[in-house]
Amino acid sequence: MRHTISILIENEAGALSRVAGLYSSRGYNIESLTVAPTDDASLSRMTIVTSGPEHVIEQITKQTNKLIEVVKVVDLTDTAHVTRELMLVKLQAVGAAREEVKRLADIFRGKIVDVTESSYVVEITGECTKLDAFLSAVGQSQILEVVRSGATGMARGEKSLKV
Amino acid sequence: MELSGGEILFASLKEEGVEFIFGYPGGAVLHIYDALYKQDEIKHILVRHEQGASHAADGYARATGKPGVCLVTSGPGATNVVTGLATAHMDSIPMVVITGQVHQDMIGTDAFQECDIIGISRPCVKHNFLVSSLEDLAPTIKKAFHIATTGRPGPVLIDIPKNLTAPEVRIPFVYPKEVELRSYNPVTGGHLGQVRKAIDQLVIAKRPVIYFGGGAVQGEASEQLTRLGHELGYPVTGTLMGLGAYPSTDDLFIGMLGMHGTYEANMAMHECDVLLAVGARFDDRVTGQLKTFCPHARVIHIDIDPASIAKNVAVDVPIVGDVGRVLTEMLACLAETNQRAESDELAAWWQQINVWRDVDSYAYDRKSDTIKPQRVIEVMYEVTKGEAYVTSDVGQHQMFAAQFYKFDKPRRWINSGGLGTMGFGLPAAFGVKMAFPDSDVACVTGEGSIQMCIQELATCKQYNAPIKILNLNNGYLGMVRQWQEFNYESRYSSSYVDALPDFVKLAEAYGHVGIQIDKPADLEGAIREAFAQKDRLVFLDILTDTEENVYPMIEAGKGHHEMRLNPKRSEFI
Repeated sequence: MRHTISILIENEAGALSRVAGLYSSRGYNIESLTVAPTDDASLSRMTIVTSGPEHVIEQITKQTNKLIEVVKVVDLTDTAHVTRELMLVKLQAVGAAREEVKRLADIFRGKIVDVTESSYVVEITGECTKLDAFLSAVGQSQILEVVRSGATGMARGEKSLKV
Repeated sequence: MELSGGEILFASLKEEGVEFIFGYPGGAVLHIYDALYKQDEIKHILVRHEQGASHAADGYARATGKPGVCLVTSGPGATNVVTGLATAHMDSIPMVVITGQVHQDMIGTDAFQECDIIGISRPCVKHNFLVSSLEDLAPTIKKAFHIATTGRPGPVLIDIPKNLTAPEVRIPFVYPKEVELRSYNPVTGGHLGQVRKAIDQLVIAKRPVIYFGGGAVQGEASEQLTRLGHELGYPVTGTLMGLGAYPSTDDLFIGMLGMHGTYEANMAMHECDVLLAVGARFDDRVTGQLKTFCPHARVIHIDIDPASIAKNVAVDVPIVGDVGRVLTEMLACLAETNQRAESDELAAWWQQINVWRDVDSYAYDRKSDTIKPQRVIEVMYEVTKGEAYVTSDVGQHQMFAAQFYKFDKPRRWINSGGLGTMGFGLPAAFGVKMAFPDSDVACVTGEGSIQMCIQELATCKQYNAPIKILNLNNGYLGMVRQWQEFNYESRYSSSYVDALPDFVKLAEAYGHVGIQIDKPADLEGAIREAFAQKDRLVFLDILTDTEENVYPMIEAGKGHHEMRLNPKRSEFI
């Protein structure tokens, strides 16, 4: 099963490689990983989307917690939570397809952030599945380039992950 | 007081109570070695290879419980300690390893003797630090010792760029009194509710087993463990790493468990209904086939490391905490209740265990006209009255030492159990001897292992470390040969050691005493003579039976109840 794990980690050189190294050395999956400093510049917030059987996920959270620079680890999947991912897609936009792409972007509540005579760049934010759905709706033949940020997320409600 | 980086390093080590550092100089640590020269409180031991430094510091740490300290240069100096770091990491041994790094301005330029030791060592240290400013040096050393010695111990590496130790750059020296790391707060005491649950399970057990590991040694839990064993009267078994944490000569001790453990210990594991695991990590060499591991047992697991719990085996009552403290809490909890296991049931359980004991699974041919390796260990045990510090390398000799030397005290049995590092024994014995110059220190080794760090014989000479080396020389890489005999139809692929050196002459060339024996009748006399020579290192080259196997054995994929016993046992039992 897919799990979204949030990590609060000291914002220090090499901290990211400790987490990434742990996953590779123990053979854990990483579907996506995002990281950036938080409002507290001494901390980074990392979101890892991973998958595996329950006992592996338990080991992942425990082993991640064991890293000296990791301050807190939460498996968001355990509770109600929100995840979002940002995607930029460069699409071919010539002739009839120009209007069609525009319409699809509207339906998915995307924004066209770059326009040329033959292409658009569409920005879309949402759950990973929504981004997947947009890509399949426009079709492979229209897609010139895709970049996705990987998912970030947090728990719903008042509960917060901070020091 | 203004100090340079090199001086800060030694002032900090002094604050940490460091006696010895094991090291080897080189370009990136020349400033540090100059600072070393100008002080006389910390004794530097010049090894002959950085790997030797790491194992010596490790042996020192295992025997004393204090962190072992190494100092090596950048590049190859640093990469040469990686095996030592991995060895210590697998067995949770506290160490602080200081590596020189090239000048900060040159990092990343492929400078002479530059390597990314932070990156290289990351998976085999508890933590590592690249010091980025002189102001950070003392606080980093403080953190390193704190991290290495608390929680589940382990090696910590500090990489210091050369420019930070330059003699002309000086800052006021203040060693931090305390260390606070918001991201690192290891638990200590166990959860009381869980402790009670554990006791509830233990007192209703019909076929209990207490299984302890290296954590009982590292957690200084020997006394509590022994009291708990006696209080309950339950059978106690220990892992290779735990030996000595519970007295091996105690009646309740049913021997080591696992691949080459006793028949009774492994059968008891298979049949037990409640298993109390104390500072053990359910290693594959201990559990055998997981599918058939302790099929009837409710498992209680005490460990300082939450990640060790339920890693390999599902646990019914997990208790995260310092094993010594948790056992103390358990003893207190036990004192509050009169409930104990039914004495009839327990007696029946012991009766069954004694039937297994009578199998005498370690039995070997005592009438052989070749020297049996088992006999060597038995004789050494008698000669040293069970009081020696015994280090080993890795292979058959290691198993024989673990099977036949009955350790009654913790920290006396020193071996690389997790990583299985050949070459560990000699430098480790040297490190132990530095800590305990008046105690007998023996290195049980084989002709394969001993050659992996043989150069440390010179270090032993230089610092007068009269250890005793028992080289069980069978001309084979014995454990490899044994597996090839069992699993590869005796195709001895590269397991025969041809062109062995003359170990007697080799020992003499290094300035030591060398003795070779090949007759059982000479064994006891030679070992007595070796240990009687208090001021000389004696290298006993003992030509043993070439094709003796370690029995009993749980082969790969088999369970505790499927042990292979010595097929020739009917001839000598």
